[in-house]
Amino acid sequence: MTVRPAEISTAFSGDLGSFSLDVTFDMPMRGITALFGPSGCGKTTILRCMAGLQQLPGRFIIGDEVWQDSAKGVFIRTHARPLGYVFQEASLFQHLSVRQNLLYGAKRAGNAPTSDALDFDAIVELLGIGHLLERSPVALSGGERQRVSVGRALLSRPRILLMDEPLSALDRMTKEEILPYFERLHESLALPIVYVSHDISEVARLADTLVLLDKGRVLASGPLAVLQTDPSLPLVAAPDAAVMLEGRVASIDEEYALTHFAVPGGTLVVPGRQGELGTERRLRIAASDVSFTLTAASDTTILNCLPARIVSIDGAGNEAQVNIIAALGTDGAGARIAARITRKSQTTLGLASGTPVFAQIKSVALMR
Amino acid sequence: MGELDLAQLWSPIRLTIELAFITTILLLIFGTPIAWWLARSKARWKEAVATVVAMPLVLPPTVLGFYLLLMLGPNGPGGWIAGLYGARTLAFTFTGLVIGSVLYSMPFVVQPIRNAFEAFGDRPLEVAATLRASPWDAFWSVAVPLARPGFLTGAILGFAHTIGEFGVILMIGGNIPGQTKVLSVAIYDYVETQHWTEAHILAGGMVVFSFAVILATMMLGRRYGQQGR
Repeated sequence: MTVRPAEISTAFSGDLGSFSLDVTFDMPMRGITALFGPSGCGKTTILRCMAGLQQLPGRFIIGDEVWQDSAKGVFIRTHARPLGYVFQEASLFQHLSVRQNLLYGAKRAGNAPTSDALDFDAIVELLGIGHLLERSPVALSGGERQRVSVGRALLSRPRILLMDEPLSALDRMTKEEILPYFERLHESLALPIVYVSHDISEVARLADTLVLLDKGRVLASGPLAVLQTDPSLPLVAAPDAAVMLEGRVASIDEEYALTHFAVPGGTLVVPGRQGELGTERRLRIAASDVSFTLTAASDTTILNCLPARIVSIDGAGNEAQVNIIAALGTDGAGARIAARITRKSQTTLGLASGTPVFAQIKSVALMR
Repeated sequence: MGELDLAQLWSPIRLTIELAFITTILLLIFGTPIAWWLARSKARWKEAVATVVAMPLVLPPTVLGFYLLLMLGPNGPGGWIAGLYGARTLAFTFTGLVIGSVLYSMPFVVQPIRNAFEAFGDRPLEVAATLRASPWDAFWSVAVPLARPGFLTGAILGFAHTIGEFGVILMIGGNIPGQTKVLSVAIYDYVETQHWTEAHILAGGMVVFSFAVILATMMLGRRYGQQGR
């Protein structure tokens, strides 16, 4: 499976003790790519190799910049690579103030070319850390520290931002407080971000591209929504399986305070007034919130009732539930969604690949 | 007991402070790279080097002094070096004392600095590298400032230990006024010759000095300990 213009080329293979890593994948030059997988799948090792903090044979090429190509004996040392790295714990320099921390990389980067000409004030504003500048890092909360370390990385004029589970050391509340800042980064920066995480909800919120990893191997890589609806991947069968759709505000029903989002193959209704016409938002549909009818039901409280076609049905012969992938639109050419229904219902309705159905979607969540 | 000769009393004090000062500076210059290497190297034989550095902690000063005497004397490498500028030996000279003191006080400087380098681990240096700092740059801008408490402790201990040394100096320096007659030797001398007043002044001064040094070290340790959290 290939991504949009594949401009970041990654390949590493080698043994680290008893663990063996062998990965090859491409990433687009824009947006957030998540390296996702269980603990110990090698995602942090891959990120460290990208940064040159660790060395395994392979290659790492960003656009026309070759940072590592073992076949040609090229290995640029970390300090000569224009990258930003956000570690799991914020790792601010304790002997420097917040301002000095922010400027540490900026001073050394000088006027290096960058994809985002963001200056000090813009980044301080973007991350909401203006009131912390003269403090010592010791006096900051966990969330504040992590925001400062993101700012410090961005100010070093990176070509790519590498983030190693930047939220995993934070509690739930702090995560919720910090995620909007990360979403703002995504909206306001052109630079590619590689985001390591083992938390699917973070990935679902932030990532555009997903690299699915397990035991040092790549299971799949590609756009998030494609991987979420690929029946051959474990995402569909996960208990919290869901699909992200990019929707655009098409109209607002002022009388009932509802927003209609246009998605490929249909329109989804979300409660509340969710932004100006044309605004792009990310919608989440959980597999457990989707059910099917063979005819359009008019006597239901569920607002989202869209024509669709079954793409695939999947589930062990004697289990209670099956995982279904359906494509929106009468012709089945629209966005794909995942559903989990009982095998009994599937048999009763005679659902099979290609069956035209109506997908009832109980709730649609706005992710960002 | 004759009249109190202040000049005679001052000479060993001045010499001792000079010796301790020069020794401490040399130890910071040579001890820091050793401490850095011991803290960061993955070489298997580094503990052997660490042991050699730590030996003066255990060896009787006379043993160290004996070997130093052989090395600094006319037939040792020290004598050969002295020959380069027309002297016969480094033993019984101020230079000899400095060399002896550097070796003798080495563990007191290297150990705290090594501990300080080890305490912050790899992470701050990795962070510095991702922020474009070369290893040399990161050493000065990150490692040294973070290890500052270690440097302070090492410098204070090195200085104080040099001031207090006796056995090694007696072996390699002897008792030449103005050249190798340092405080501890002078006190010994005054006692031997029953100059109790002079011995009292110098010994009492040392007690006050030692108290101040240990107090300062502990207070610095507390201050940095709190800051580090």
